[in-house]
Amino acid sequence: MKYFYLIFSSLKRKKIRTGLTVLSIVVAFVLFGYLTAIRQAFDAGVEVAGADRLIVRHKVSIIQLLPEAYETRIEQIEGVDNAVHSTWFGGIYQEPKNFFSQIPMEPEELFDMYPEYILSDEHKAAWLETRSGVIAGRGLVERFGWKLGDRIPINATIWIKKDGGRTWEFDLVGIYDGAEKGTDTSQFFFRYDFFDETRAGGTGQVGWYTVRVTDPDKAAEVAAAIDAGFANSAAETKAEPEGAFVQGFANQIGNIGFIIMSIMSAVFFTILLVAGNTMAYTVRERTNELAVLKAIGFTDRGVLGLVLGESFALTFVGGSIGLGLAWLLVSTGDPTGGSFPVFYLPTRDLFFGFLLIAVMAVVAGLIPALQAQKLQIADALRR
Amino acid sequence: MFNWFAQIFAVTQFSMRSLSQRKGSSAVAMLGIAGVVAVMVGVLSIAQGIQATMESSVGEENAIVLRSGSDSEMMSGLSGDDTRLIAEAPGIARDGSGALASPELFVIINLPMRSTGTDANVPMRGVQAPAMTVRGNFSLVEGRMFEWGLNEVIVGIGAQQQFAGLDIGSSIEVGQDQWPVVGVFEADGGLAESEIWVDAAVLQPAYRRGNSYQAVYVKLSSSEEFDAFKDALTSDPRLNVKPMREAEYYDSQSTVVYNMITGLGTIIAVIMGFGAVFGALNTMYTAVSGRTREIATLRALGFRAGPIVISVVSESLLLAFAGGLIGAGLAWLAFDGFHAATLNWASFSAITFSFDVNVKLLTQGIIFAMIIGLIGGLFPAIRAARQPVATALREL
Repeated sequence: MKYFYLIFSSLKRKKIRTGLTVLSIVVAFVLFGYLTAIRQAFDAGVEVAGADRLIVRHKVSIIQLLPEAYETRIEQIEGVDNAVHSTWFGGIYQEPKNFFSQIPMEPEELFDMYPEYILSDEHKAAWLETRSGVIAGRGLVERFGWKLGDRIPINATIWIKKDGGRTWEFDLVGIYDGAEKGTDTSQFFFRYDFFDETRAGGTGQVGWYTVRVTDPDKAAEVAAAIDAGFANSAAETKAEPEGAFVQGFANQIGNIGFIIMSIMSAVFFTILLVAGNTMAYTVRERTNELAVLKAIGFTDRGVLGLVLGESFALTFVGGSIGLGLAWLLVSTGDPTGGSFPVFYLPTRDLFFGFLLIAVMAVVAGLIPALQAQKLQIADALRR
Repeated sequence: MFNWFAQIFAVTQFSMRSLSQRKGSSAVAMLGIAGVVAVMVGVLSIAQGIQATMESSVGEENAIVLRSGSDSEMMSGLSGDDTRLIAEAPGIARDGSGALASPELFVIINLPMRSTGTDANVPMRGVQAPAMTVRGNFSLVEGRMFEWGLNEVIVGIGAQQQFAGLDIGSSIEVGQDQWPVVGVFEADGGLAESEIWVDAAVLQPAYRRGNSYQAVYVKLSSSEEFDAFKDALTSDPRLNVKPMREAEYYDSQSTVVYNMITGLGTIIAVIMGFGAVFGALNTMYTAVSGRTREIATLRALGFRAGPIVISVVSESLLLAFAGGLIGAGLAWLAFDGFHAATLNWASFSAITFSFDVNVKLLTQGIIFAMIIGLIGGLFPAIRAARQPVATALREL
């Protein structure tokens, strides 16, 4: 208890300095939390990718289409549990900056393949009844303030309608939720039968297949078997695990992880300097006092603990406020105005943040603490 | 008045001389500011680089024609007849072999990135002979031009650096065929350097495009001709197209990614800036409190508050300026010209670019550092000047 009191009163000694140091630590951890959320937004797809799912696309490039008939052929391959197809619609809602993906899918197959999308039976039934029906993720619905029953016009950039029109109108009949925090709720699914009979060209052609395998351990073999099955055909395929596909996509955007790590290292290095410098100052200024403490019976180890405790109190207060602020900031929404499918601060990274606080406290306080421990009473008192 | 300036000079000189006694904390403030500036300049140089690639040396008289309603070449589609009608429009420059109008096909092909080995959507362009003249900045740097009508390709220098298997002598797999790489070209750092070029007549059957194209690039005889050219095309009942100046087209293509990086970069810089301000304040408060007696002595000798404030602020500004220079310099050394690739969402294809640390960014960085220094120095300076002489003299 006496230590707490001593630590507290030494922090009170120079209030401005203590305040500024805490604030700079706050800043470091706000950035930590914010950047972690950004990285999470880019990595989310990889983490939630199903281990038992493969993506099968055209071998030459993803813009080339595959025949719809591949579905039955893929399902006959040993080890395949189910296959569903998706197609990139690439339409625009009002203006290009409102980007989100729209995908035509077969309703019965969608929820079988993606158990992480949760839709009430009522909404599901409504979707099966409405040909122009669409179901959208909670995040997307909130982004544009849609309500059930809204008619949503989407301007096609690729798929012109048979009547030559570009505006496709969809009726919002259902809203799905994510099973987990990281589930993408920015999707917009409409019915493939409606899509196929309305589009002017490309009838019977689809973008890519998602395939569920019966045994995730054999995923690589199944992928090879699928590619072999379509070898030397007009449309050869490339099958790969969903995680690898999403990772490949993220890699194309750039090495986000590396960029963010570099920024964080620069930030922490700087803050460490500031905090370490402050600690060194307080010890130097209080040489006399520390010597008095030792003279009245505090052990070397006790004085070491005292300085480390101070460092710990500073970083812990600053770090906790910083992480809290970051959490608040992140929950106000993502900085790109909705382009990220998910934006949140994962619990795992919060824990990591607290670990960082502890490490920082030790690193910043260690040298001054050791100096304090080594003080010789007689020398120090004379200074 | 003269006395006042003389005082400023004397106090400032005095505090600069004593800087060497406060090496540690001054260096910390300086390095802190250097770190902030380096990160800010580094992040923003990505956005600058992308913009530079998108807008590099696009001539005033260059225009592009897409199908109306399409925002990028990827989404567009024009029939062979459309492209012939477009080439006949008024205002297009001509040379010995005809109108400078180049109908082009734009597709993507999967190729692994050198850095990660994972697939990227590399853009591949099918061209006809006028493509090189229309661009004006096209030049081969290695190997030779592909033979028209043969399955041969030339690759942009950016694409060759970023994606595997594009060296001369290797070949890319397109369906059942192997297309050898025979040359490498440059285009003044422009977008074309991210691309693979091939004869349009070879690419059409490989991607089952019949006799269709996606865009027509034209060179007008002068920039003023654009309106006439645009009116002629949009009023032609046989066509349903959208003519744009090439610069405007690229501008619209890069807006999303540019705004995103600039937005994120600014948020990060501002948050870090706060941290640096706190660091600088801390250093200056410490510096001032270490010199309490000294400053009080000066005050007792008759030095006024103004010169003391100015001397403390200028010390802080000096540290900030040095930190800004170091940070900007580090960013320039580490990032300028650094090659990278990213995905252009508008066309769903890869673009290669170099980080661009330019004078504008360096200036911004140093100005940012000076603002940090000003805020960081001002409050401690006021505090120093306000201390009552008698109590300050008694302090340790």
